[in-house]
Amino acid sequence: MALKSDTILHRIVVYALLLLGSAAFILPLVWLLSTSLKGDTGLFEIPPKWVPDPFHWDNYKKAVHSFPFLRYTWNTVLITVLCMIGSMLSSSFVAYAFARLRWPGRDAWFVVMLATMMLPGQVTMIPLFILFKELGWINTYLPLIVPFFFGSAFYIFLMRQFFMTIPKELSEAAKIDGCTELYTWWRIFMPLSKPALATLGIFTFTLVWNDFQGPLIYLNDTNKFTLMLGLRSFQQQYGTRWNVMMAASLLVMLPTLALFFSFQRYFIEGVTLTGVKG
Amino acid sequence: MRERRAMKLSTREALNGYLFFSPGLIGFLIFMGFPILFSLYLSFTSYNIYSAPKWIGLLNYKFMFTQDPLFFKSLGNTLYYVALSVPLNTVLGVLVAILMNQKVFGIRVFRTIFFLPSVVSGVAVALLWQWILDGNFGLINTFLANFGITGPGWLTEELWAKPSMVLMNLWAVGGTMIIYLAGLQGVPRSLYEAATVDGAGRLRQFWNITIPMLTPTIFFNVIMGVLGGFQVFIQAYIMTGGGPNNATMFYALYLYNKAFKDLQMGYASALAWVLLIIAMVLTLIIMKTSSRWVYYEGSDQK
Repeated sequence: MALKSDTILHRIVVYALLLLGSAAFILPLVWLLSTSLKGDTGLFEIPPKWVPDPFHWDNYKKAVHSFPFLRYTWNTVLITVLCMIGSMLSSSFVAYAFARLRWPGRDAWFVVMLATMMLPGQVTMIPLFILFKELGWINTYLPLIVPFFFGSAFYIFLMRQFFMTIPKELSEAAKIDGCTELYTWWRIFMPLSKPALATLGIFTFTLVWNDFQGPLIYLNDTNKFTLMLGLRSFQQQYGTRWNVMMAASLLVMLPTLALFFSFQRYFIEGVTLTGVKG
Repeated sequence: MRERRAMKLSTREALNGYLFFSPGLIGFLIFMGFPILFSLYLSFTSYNIYSAPKWIGLLNYKFMFTQDPLFFKSLGNTLYYVALSVPLNTVLGVLVAILMNQKVFGIRVFRTIFFLPSVVSGVAVALLWQWILDGNFGLINTFLANFGITGPGWLTEELWAKPSMVLMNLWAVGGTMIIYLAGLQGVPRSLYEAATVDGAGRLRQFWNITIPMLTPTIFFNVIMGVLGGFQVFIQAYIMTGGGPNNATMFYALYLYNKAFKDLQMGYASALAWVLLIIAMVLTLIIMKTSSRWVYYEGSDQK
């Protein structure tokens, strides 16, 4: 009996914490939505109204019209999709070498690759800028996209971890059947790795979609801007029009949110896949 | 005969290995190896990208350590940010993960809510927080006003600007929480069962089982948190521009300004190398201490 009241009390405490905590974590997003629907005067009301009256949907129209929203969306989509393709192909390709093939130097290179994950991006930023400038790639999307076609350490690691879980018998059977490694990778490993590839694709998406410093350094033609740069110049022009700015911010966040709600498990799978424990 | 054939197979596998590794190798050489060395060279030069780099020896480093107050200021700001955000993030991350690990009805919905903020990032989030932290009409100060408290100008007062950014960073704690949650779910139930049989209460189980079993995850997150703290850029660039009075002039922002606003690429490279050395030293220190507090299953030493 004593045990029972203990669990009930425990549950009450847990629910109280859960409700309080979720309120704190969700409020900023509710505030974002609420502000985006406020009129110009409602913005500076004290105390603020959580439900604007009436809803100013025209803020969204203003947001889309106050900077080349569609063009920037297209630019961002183009860069993001190419980066996703690049990182999914190259990282899984390289990961195959680490997961399934034996070659001299493999383990040493694996350690080197893991170590590069800790390298602060600032160290490579300036030389890469000079390199891309020499190549004439400034003001193009190439500096933002091309590196993704050579695999990146974290994604290679992630794919390797997944490939390791695929039974060895499978690749050995393919070998006996005379399949080349290229065929085994593309026709056997890739189809079996859809969940891992989805995770990788989603990670790349959020990284590239939200990237600010890269476009800031490499793009200066306003026609080529991404959404993040667009938001920045919007802020510089209309710094205090919070309602329109929040509408624009919400629109920019929307694809990430949609992706999250449709593929939530892949966001979480990435964590279990890398198995940081130990 | 068999020997030769076996060798041929392994050679073939090695060749395939190099083939599959080659994009990684090329990428490493072009996007890592070359830039690291070139950046070291640039750090000994004066270079504005329009004329060739001029060798000036250790002058950049000498200037940095003797005549550049902003170097120390930005380094101090960054260390302050790291020292505040990493412990808070760790404690909150572990606590929320434990909460998320409770087997109660509706927990999946709560997990989504706590995880959600860590999914969004970038300029949009910085703008949102700039508005939340607004001194007059922001969410936080209008909320505090309900209790008769006049909140400070979070981003406009030197004292509060950095803690505000730490707070904003805590909102995204879901990213680390989910890693701790995975860690928690990896703790064998048998440990808790044995402890219950031995009469250990919840609190003792927490200190003697949960925390030790989580230490490898904490270790990983602390290192990533420290390294991530040195990269803080968007918040400062968008929300404060480094102000007020350079209170949020973080190292990454200062480095960016030197390189791309002042076009002092040589000096910025020296800053980058000092950053690399600091990051390496901090990581090594954390690793060195790890044998004292990180518990690895299956090893005798604690």
